[in-house]
This record gives sequence, structure tokens and C-alpha cells, in this order.
Amino acid sequence: MSADNDDNRPDEVDLSDPKLSRFEVYREGLRRDGIEILHYEPRYPKPGTKLEKRMERIVASLFFGSGLFATLFVAAYIFWPWEYDGAATWRDPRTWYTPILGITLGLSLLLIAFAVLTWAKKLLPVEELVQERHDGGSSSEDRRLAESTVDTVVDDMGLKRRPFLVKAALLGAAPLGLAAVAPLGGLIKDPGDMLTVTGWNGDKHNGGNPVRLMMKDGALVRPDMVSTGGQITVYPAIEGGATNEFASAPTLLIRLRAQDAEQLRENLYPMYQDVDAMWGDFVAYSKICTHVGCPTSLYEQQSQRLLCPCHQSQFNAIDNGAPIFGPATRHLPMLPLDVDDEGHFFAKSDFLVPPGPAFWNRPSLPEEDEQ
Amino acid sequence: MKRRKGTNENLMTKAGGELDDRFKLAGPARVLMNKVFPDHWSFLLGEIALFSFILLLLTGTFLALFFEPSMTHVTYEGSYVPLQGVGMSKAYESTLNISFEVRGGLIMRQMHHWASLLFMAAILVHMMRVFFTGAFRAPRETNWMIGILLFWLGFFNGFTGYSLPDDGLSGTGLRIAEGMTESVPFLGPWVSAALFGGAFPGDEVIARFYILHVFVLPLALLALITVHVGLVFAQKHTQWPGPGRTEHNVVGYRMFPNYVMKQVGFMLLVFGVVTAMSGLFQINPLWMFGPYEASVVSSGSQPDFYVMFMDGLIRLFPAWEFRVPPYFTLPAVFWPGIVGMGLSVLLPLLYPLLERRFTKDRGHHNLLQRPRDTPARTGLGVMVIVFWVIGVVSGGNDVFAQAFHISLNAMTWGGRIGIVVLPIVAYYLTYRFCLGLQQHDREVLAHGLETGILMRDPEGRFYEVHQPLVEPDERGHTELEYSGATVPKKMNRIGVLEPAQRGFFKSIEEPSDEDGRRDQIETGNKR
Ligand code: HEM
Ligand code: FES
Repeated sequence: MSADNDDNRPDEVDLSDPKLSRFEVYREGLRRDGIEILHYEPRYPKPGTKLEKRMERIVASLFFGSGLFATLFVAAYIFWPWEYDGAATWRDPRTWYTPILGITLGLSLLLIAFAVLTWAKKLLPVEELVQERHDGGSSSEDRRLAESTVDTVVDDMGLKRRPFLVKAALLGAAPLGLAAVAPLGGLIKDPGDMLTVTGWNGDKHNGGNPVRLMMKDGALVRPDMVSTGGQITVYPAIEGGATNEFASAPTLLIRLRAQDAEQLRENLYPMYQDVDAMWGDFVAYSKICTHVGCPTSLYEQQSQRLLCPCHQSQFNAIDNGAPIFGPATRHLPMLPLDVDDEGHFFAKSDFLVPPGPAFWNRPSLPEEDEQ
Repeated sequence: MKRRKGTNENLMTKAGGELDDRFKLAGPARVLMNKVFPDHWSFLLGEIALFSFILLLLTGTFLALFFEPSMTHVTYEGSYVPLQGVGMSKAYESTLNISFEVRGGLIMRQMHHWASLLFMAAILVHMMRVFFTGAFRAPRETNWMIGILLFWLGFFNGFTGYSLPDDGLSGTGLRIAEGMTESVPFLGPWVSAALFGGAFPGDEVIARFYILHVFVLPLALLALITVHVGLVFAQKHTQWPGPGRTEHNVVGYRMFPNYVMKQVGFMLLVFGVVTAMSGLFQINPLWMFGPYEASVVSSGSQPDFYVMFMDGLIRLFPAWEFRVPPYFTLPAVFWPGIVGMGLSVLLPLLYPLLERRFTKDRGHHNLLQRPRDTPARTGLGVMVIVFWVIGVVSGGNDVFAQAFHISLNAMTWGGRIGIVVLPIVAYYLTYRFCLGLQQHDREVLAHGLETGILMRDPEGRFYEVHQPLVEPDERGHTELEYSGATVPKKMNRIGVLEPAQRGFFKSIEEPSDEDGRRDQIETGNKR
């Protein structure tokens, strides 16, 4: 191809020459692909040596082994007892179903992999070839031909001569593009009050009556159900109140020790004082972390901290649930508590500020900035 | 025997002729089979990603036969005793059924999960190799950018994937994603409502994630992987500098049979390793997490490793919230969550262009660079790795705190300070280290290899004997220019100290006859 043809590069051969060997024809193919042989020799100079025979035997037995394990896999898949019945121990063959499938199929694949790789590495000829690399675009001739083709097409359409038509086409196509994505609008939904109103809102979810507290199983909550220093998770006692339908409603009801309750009363933000949010030694905090919304489910009685396991925000239970460590920035909203005539807890209102993670137009009260 | 072989050959020729009549294959097939590939172990890293992707498609299709992407409420009646009678979504129930009720379902689930982890890990390591060797330079910037997109598509494909079962762990991940979405100024609440069809979690998200996970994202991955590998093919692979290797050639072996056999073998190897692992090592035992409930989470719940980096950043970022009451709030999570993720897409995407700008190097490069020869780039890469690793470790800081009895607060503060300081330290150290390695290369080229042989001269001084790489001048110096290729550092690299004979108990080599060997090189005849 190129002029700097060094001597070891073969010249073009005449393919019609009947005396050409297969190798010479092959090498002509390489030459036409810009490839030159630097080094090419059989792995075993003398065919049939001990070493070569040994390699062949190894590869063959790897193939056989692979077949054997594949057969074992299929057999195990079909015949090994597998149905889980709940009481299996490691002695039970059923517990071994998955490991046996993995080992048999895995070994079968590994053995055939080694067979192919050994064949490639130990039996194929030793070779090194060099191929030309044509980097950096087409020849100037090709470019010129392409340019004139594009120009002709542009001219045929008259894109330069008919600017009005081009504008009209764009004006027609742009709305059509919009129309293509418009159906995605079906996804759009007004967030409305989904981030601000929870299941504790009696007006919305309980026909205007205050919402009582319940446990997960539906039992209403009475003060004597929580021991001093203890805590339970409570849900709004409405239809589906404990399900994910009301994912921002779960609340932690804590019965503080007397001296801790005393301290909390002293610390209480004015907005919570105004509504008298505590009931006796009881306080209820939203369980939804104000960072990004995991349940703040760990209560450390000793230090009076609430801990969120997701990113380790910590909140002070005797200071309005204010954040004291970690990435959270806002206190855990308090649920204003009271007890009705029948002795059941109820929420005097929804949370005063929205629980959970923040959003840009989250209504915040001045009290929050005192923190 | 002989005759049958003959007929077979005729058959092949005939079949080939029939095919060529119709598809005109003779030319392209020859070009393809003859194509020369360079060889280096680090060129196989991309392949691992490719093979795990194939495995993901295969196992995923199996899972899709049994999985039901529905949030309809059901009561579990299956054979896993602890959950019997528990209310859950159909999605979770069907995943439990794949694990317990479908023959071989569990190993398929575990294969799918292990393959996804291997996929992401292989992409990361492949990306590092491309970065540190400068393989992303012109003309391969496009392929680098496609690569970055592949990483992020993989990231989201993985995230949507492990959200599907609707178990306790995946629901928590979704909740965090929802909190991050909400934090975007002006758009957040609307985007979240659109994604979840109203308030979190709603009952649409699993179905939506399902179509993303099994159709949209894999299709995009498949298309981009095809273009990616196609470009590697068309632009020809880069090669390491070395004797006879230039910017204008490729030195290696042929596509057929050598390259293809090694690839097929390697693919089966990856398949085998993932299969064996999936039989032996449990992954994501989601029956232990229970169904997702907004009020329940356990500590030590970690996402998959490639998401942990984001989680770590979110943990470390200080509680800085910008507020103009009562009109506007910019939540702290916006910075690491949205801005951080945006930058981790954008900066790597643009890196080839940025480097071009700084080095003013506009040439094409087909020879790779050794990391030591580009200390600034190598330093930058190590810097990013250190940053990333601290992010990942912080994503599991509660686990570390517990395992090593460190206080969580100390872990968090260590992470906060470390993620700012250590990358800078890493950059400096790497830079110095690279210069040191360069220096050593030059020394070997000038004086030769250290042989480890100590001599004592007549005055009693000790010195080490050096083995020059070429015939030295009278002052013992060799004038060798550094070419960007590996410089031998050990005697056995230049052929000294090799075992004289091969074989363990007895020699398995027969003395080769040199002349016969010559003959075959000349003629190329193998038999
Ligand atoms: C889905 C994931 C990916 C797959 C399946 C994949 C596959 C491959 C394969 C098979 C090769 C050829 C062999 C090699 O050099 O390793 C390759 C090369 C390459 N990849 Fe990827 N890759 C993926 C992701 C990435 C990423 C994340 C990047 C970087 C951001 C990247 C950048 C490149 C570049 C620049 C090359 C050309 C390398 C050269 O010619 O030296 N790839 N890829
Ligand atoms: S969600 Fe609670 S700390 Fe992040």
C-alpha cells in the first residue's frame, strides 16, 4: 500500500497463479487489510510432542468435566428436594438446593471457560501481527465528494433560496414536538396539601371530629398503656390510618420521667405552649425525620435522644425534638395531645408545621428560627 | 475418515457460497476475522461489564416471568413462616414467591443481584483504567462520554431494580429519594407528586419503576453499549507503547481465532464466577426485612455499594438550611443530593474537554500513557477516588461505628473533615510518588538494573552491581531514551533467572530443534 514498503512486507501476489499455497493466499488477504505478520509459528514446533499431547488431554478433560457438572446441575434441578416448608435446618437436603445449583452450574461454566482459554493460550499458534491504523478522518478527496453531495442536496431543496419555507417548517414542527411529549402531562398531579396535611387532620379525614390515637392493630391508646420512660408508635385512628396511605402520620408517643417532662415544659416553644401540646408527662413527636423522611425510630432513654438510623440525625426529646446532631435542620413536629372522656388519647389538631422533609414553599413558623 | 472430511469441507464451501450469493459476505467477513487486537489485561475490564450485562438480561428475563409489579394489598400465605398472615403488596409477595415457591428462583434472584453489583464494579474499574491511561483523549472523547452515561444509566437501573420488591429496605431507599426530589426549589413537590401519583408512597410507583427498570433503561443501556463497543471497534483499540508500536499501527493478535476464543472463555469465566457466588453467598435476603411500612426501619440499612456514595455525602453534609420565613426554604439535602449528583454527572462528562483546554493538546492519541508520566492527571484521579471512598465509608458509618466501637459522632466528624482534607493530601502524595517513579525509570535507563548483588571494592566500600540494559560507554552510562513504555526493574524481566526447564516433577519439554522452527516461520506451514 504505502511506498515505504520494507523488505519483509510481502508484495501483492497474483491470485490467479495456480501454484499459490493456501498460506500465500491467506497472507494476501492480510496484506489487503493492511496487516503484516511479525511472528507466526505453531505453539509446538514438532507436531505430536509429549507436551502438546498433554495439553490436548487437559483441554479435553476440562470439556468432559464441564459436561459432567452440567448434567449434575440438570439432575439436581429436577430431582433434588427443594420445596421450602418453613422448618428446614442445615441437615435437611432442601437447604442445600441453591448451593448445589450454584456449585454444579458454576463449576460447569468455569471448566468450559478454562477449556476454551487453555485451548486459546496453549494450543493456538504463537502470533504477533501489526495492522495499519488510519487515524484522522477521510481523505481530502472523499471529503470533497461528500461536501458537494451535501451541497447539492441542500440546493435541490432550496434551503438557502426559500428562507420562508424553512421558517414555516420549523414553526410547524416545533408544536408537533411539544405534542409528542404532551401526553406525559398525564403524570402531572397537583401536590395540593399532600405535604402539609396528615391523617391527624380531623376536618379532612374524620368528619370534623378530632382523631384518636391507635396502635398498629387498631387498639385505641390510653395513658396507662405506656410505662414511665417508655414509648410506642401511634397512628391516626381512621380508616387505613396505620397503612402507607398515611405515610407521614406515624407518631412516637413518649411518656417522659417526671423531671424530664418538667424540663420539656420549660423549653416548650411558644406555639406548643399556646395549644398546650403536652398531656401530663406525655409528648408525641412525628416519627418522620425532618431530614429526608426515614422513621426516627430509636429512642435513647438515658440521653433523651431520638435517633434516625438513615443518616444519624439526633433530636432532643426534652427540647421540642430539636436537632442536635447530623444533617437534619428542623425539630420533629409535636402532635398536640389530649385525653377524652373515655380515657383515650386524641390529637387536638394536626401537626402545627408540616412533618418530614422540607420543600421550597414549606410554611414555616417564626418559632422554628429560634432554634 | 479422509473422505468424510472432504465432504464436510465441500459442504462448508457450498454453504459459504450460498450465504455470499445472498449477503455478499466474503469481503467483510475476511476483514472482521483478520482484525488485529492489542493485548493487555486491563483491556478486559470493560468486557467484565459487558458480560455481566448479558447475564443481567438473561436472569432478569427469568425473574420477569414471575414478578408482579403491583402494589395491590394482599395477605401473605406462602411457606415462609414468619411472614404468614402479614399484609403486604403483591410486588413483595411475588418476590417472596420467587425465593421460596419457584424452583431455582432464589438462585436466579441472587444471580441477578450479584451480576448487577459486578456490572457496576466493573464499570468503575474500567473507567479508572481509561482515565489513568489517558485512553479518553482524542479521538475517543465521545466514547468516554458514552461511558459516563452508561455508569449513570446503570446506577438508576440498579436503584429502580432494588426498589421493585417493595420490602422494608427498598421502601426506605425510595423514601430518601422522595425527600431529595422534594428539595428541588419550585419543582420538587410537583415532580414528587408526578412520580408517585400523589402523596408518597402511593400505589403507582412500583409499576412506573418496573417499566423503567425492565424496558426504558435496559434499552438505553443496550443501545449505548452497542455504540460504545462499536466505536472501540471502528476507532481501533489503543495500545501500550513498546517496540514497534506507533500511533499509526496496532500490534497484537487476530480477532479469529485468538481474540474471540479468549473472549468467549473469559465470558464463561465471568458467568461461572457469578453463578457459583450466587449459589454460595446470600444477597439481599429481603424476607428478613418485612414489607415496607412508613414507620419501620432498622439500623444498618445500607443501599447497594454504588449508591452508598450518595448516601455518605448526605450523611456528612452539615445542617445548613437556607430559609426566608415564611416564603422560601432551601433544604440542606439539596446540596449533596441534587447539586452533588448533578456535578458527578457533569464534571466527569466534560473531563476530556477540560483537560484539552488546560493542556492545549489537540492531537490524536492511540498510544496509552503510563499514570506516572501524567502526575497531575493521576493525582486528580486519586483525589476523586479518595473522595469517593470516604463517601462510601460514611454511607456505612453506623456499621463501622458499631464494628469498631467508635462513636458515631466521631465517625461523622472524621468524615466531614476527611472528605475535605484527605483528597488534597492524596493529590500531593500521588504527584510526588509519580515523580519518584519517573526518576527511578530514568536511573535504570542510565545505569541499569539493580541486581541485588553486593560487592566490596578494595577500599572496603560496598556497592551494588548494576546490569546495564545496553552496552555502556566507558563511564558505565547508557544513553537510552525513555519511550513511555515499561522499563524493566527486575532481572527476570530481561530473561535472567528463568527456570531452565519446565515441568514440576520431571521435565515435560523435549529439546526443540531450532532449524525446524525457523522453517515454519518462513513458510507459515504448521504441519
Ligand atoms: C455499561 C458499561 C460499559 C461497558 C459494557 C463497557 C464496555 C467496553 C468494552 C467492551 C470496551 C473495549 C475493551 C476495553 O478497553 O476495556 C470499552 C472501551 C472503552 N470504554 Fe467502556 N464500557 C462501559 C462503561 C464505560 C465507562 C463508564 C467509561 C468511562 C467513562 C467507558 C469508557 C471507555 C473508553 C474511552 C473505551 C475505549 C478504550 C480504549 O480504546 O483504550 N466505558 N468499553
Ligand atoms: S432521614 Fe433521618 S437523618 Fe436522614
